[in-house]
Amino acid sequence: MAASPLPTRRHADVIVIGGGIIGAACAREYARQGLSVAVVEPGPIGGGATAASMGHLLTVDALDPADQTESDFSRRSLQLWQDWLQAQEAHRELAEYSRCGTLWLAADAEELDLAERKCAWFGGQGLAAEMLKPEALFEAEPLLRRDLWGALRVPGDGRVYPPRVAGRWLQEAQAKLFRARAVGFDGASVRLDNGRELWGAMTVICTGLAAQQHLPAGWLLPKKGHLAITQRHPGRVQHQLVELGYLKRAHLVDQDTVSFNLQPRPGGQLLIGSSRQIGREDRELDPALLKQMLRQALHYMPGLGELSLLRCWTGVRPASRDGQPLIGAHPLLRRCWLATGHEGLGITTALATAELLVQLSLGQPCSLDPSPFRPERFSESQHVVVPA
Amino acid sequence: MSLSQPEFQVFINGRALQVPAHCNVAASLQRAGLSHSRRSETGQPRAAFCGMGQCQECRVRIDGHDHRLACMTLVVDGMQIETQT
Repeated sequence: MAASPLPTRRHADVIVIGGGIIGAACAREYARQGLSVAVVEPGPIGGGATAASMGHLLTVDALDPADQTESDFSRRSLQLWQDWLQAQEAHRELAEYSRCGTLWLAADAEELDLAERKCAWFGGQGLAAEMLKPEALFEAEPLLRRDLWGALRVPGDGRVYPPRVAGRWLQEAQAKLFRARAVGFDGASVRLDNGRELWGAMTVICTGLAAQQHLPAGWLLPKKGHLAITQRHPGRVQHQLVELGYLKRAHLVDQDTVSFNLQPRPGGQLLIGSSRQIGREDRELDPALLKQMLRQALHYMPGLGELSLLRCWTGVRPASRDGQPLIGAHPLLRRCWLATGHEGLGITTALATAELLVQLSLGQPCSLDPSPFRPERFSESQHVVVPA
Repeated sequence: MSLSQPEFQVFINGRALQVPAHCNVAASLQRAGLSHSRRSETGQPRAAFCGMGQCQECRVRIDGHDHRLACMTLVVDGMQIETQT
């Protein structure tokens, strides 16, 4: 007599908490390994930090050796993005992908020098990059102000519309979706706010900033940003434009900052950024800061003043204490894994995050050194307080 | 209309039209018999819906400037209005 199957309470092999770009990438990667996946998400798929982002696929350089980890990580991830985008034309269409390239704008001699050193670094790595002299820059982007010193062009960078990609990856994963909020973890199960309990072999927490509630105090911090988008004005801008001054300001920790960052979207809208407010996680528009951000945009591109804005909004970057994401075993919760703290680079690094987390949790050899991302790095230097 | 009320001449897609001064552009389009002012990215016709500057559906090109709100713009004499047919 054939044995009847044992009763099981398992909803899926892997329970992913969070349906943003990171959760969706993880769900897809586990599914590629043959595991079944459930995703817990109370809101729209890709509706949080994922939807608020610019969707820039950005190569991070390691001109400063301190950036080596982030550089390797972004480059591995961009490789995986290209694999996915090139696999089917339908992927590129759905992702609204464009290989717009990035122009890093130099506004003075110091920034021009930085751009040239970056260019040499890219060249040394065998990556495409070139310097544009002022004349070539104005030919490439006629709306830019005329007194820039030049720009570094990284032609391989691109842009996507991340919420649609997240939705697609969950489809590819054939993920079972649970519309609820996860409120507790006991190692083999996840308790939902609707009273249900989900069972799985492991749980992956990809809730961005909200992961802080399951971590010792101070591991994650919010960095609020503003974005504005214009009506459709097709053909005016070709590249993602970023001022090199952005790099100086992005790492300031004690003040609100704005930088010029502009992206052409496929329909002809222009997405204008960016601002950074550390420790702020409210979603209110800050008119003074928004004005400052738009003034900075006008400073680089005076002609923007002719165009009409459609909308402005805010988003919150989920940053970690040391700027690197947390990817690996949860330091306290049994059978729980973490993938969070991606700050402003989560779209670019989503696929390498998923690859690394799956390799770690399934005991496979890793494509990248996982040690800079180990979540427990923060508990080694301090007394750990378990959150209730 | 009383004779004392001034009229302006505007041009809608190149065609001259007399409209009362203080008329807004959306009303002028209505008067010209146009059923829509623009098309969405997928080609759907769109026209003034809220009439108070919120829905953004009535956008037209006015005197060479794109995306002007027809419902919130008063006509001036000689104004050039272009819609998406």
